[in-house]
Amino acid sequence: MNIMPSSVRQRIRSIMFKLPLMITCAEFEEFIIAYLDGSLGNRQRRIFEFHLAVCRECRNYLAAYRSAMTVTRDVLDAETANTLEDVPEDLVSAVLAARTTQDRK
Amino acid sequence: MLPAGNGYSELDCDVRIKHNALAAPRGDCNLDLPESTDIVSGTGQKPHTLIGKDKVATDQFVRANLGWMLAVAKRIVIDGSIAEDVVQDAFANVFKNLEAFRGDAALKTWMHRIVVNQALMALRKQRRRNEQPIDELLPEFDSSGCRVDEPSMLSQLAQTPEALLLSSDRRQQVLASINRLPDSYRIVLMLRDIEELSTAEVAEMTGLTETNVKVRLHRARAALKKLLSPLFEGTAL
Repeated sequence: MNIMPSSVRQRIRSIMFKLPLMITCAEFEEFIIAYLDGSLGNRQRRIFEFHLAVCRECRNYLAAYRSAMTVTRDVLDAETANTLEDVPEDLVSAVLAARTTQDRK
Repeated sequence: MLPAGNGYSELDCDVRIKHNALAAPRGDCNLDLPESTDIVSGTGQKPHTLIGKDKVATDQFVRANLGWMLAVAKRIVIDGSIAEDVVQDAFANVFKNLEAFRGDAALKTWMHRIVVNQALMALRKQRRRNEQPIDELLPEFDSSGCRVDEPSMLSQLAQTPEALLLSSDRRQQVLASINRLPDSYRIVLMLRDIEELSTAEVAEMTGLTETNVKVRLHRARAALKKLLSPLFEGTAL
């Protein structure tokens, strides 16, 4: 539970992120792509993960960011399955007809 | 907003398309596309030596590949009838260049590149509507660099995979949200996260720098997170 007013929490966070090896949320944001594709070096990854451990906002944010990626992929996979199930026959004919015309040339 | 001056600045706003559909496919590309070369099984011949010469083989080849090619085209151009035109053009391109194609297992990878390029060309000719400016969808930080973000139920979805079984209504809402991204961001997201092309390949196909591909991918995902969040509020998890 959050017992501190948010302004106090913001203050504490902004002071905390000025400590050595600490990064701000804005800096954290810039590392997300590299973190997810595994291209951060060991030191950078530790710094990133340390921020993740101490910052609830970024933890929630990253979880939501990943969920958005998963949802997007799932929905597009479902769309692909629909398309594969229902291939338009007139398009098949059109492609084959075009091929036959091409052959005669 | 991401701070400027750190390699994250916007360099180029237009997605430019290079006509490189026919470049030799890369051997290192591992696409997870549905199998489509049934026509080869039992014949002992490579598909591209049969297609065009054998009517049945051609017919099977078209039927086996048309579905996934149409799905790829739809993901990029959105409009169904434009996607069908894209597939027709892509097949014409495939047939025209099959003779010159010397690949083996990479036939599908090669065809995938062709349909993606054809779709990107078709997209260039379209004027999109309903796009939401990306700026208002990007994460915000206060003056000390602390995140200003509404907690979202989306963050809990990751822990509950069964919640991802979405209703057809919800799927349509998600699709509509994806389609509200500006094309120059949506395309990078599609090519990287869905078509699973590498950063270098996307850079080559769009004319963007690799850094810019990464910036756009991140912004597109972040914007999508913001667009999708309201859809999942109040969802019982």
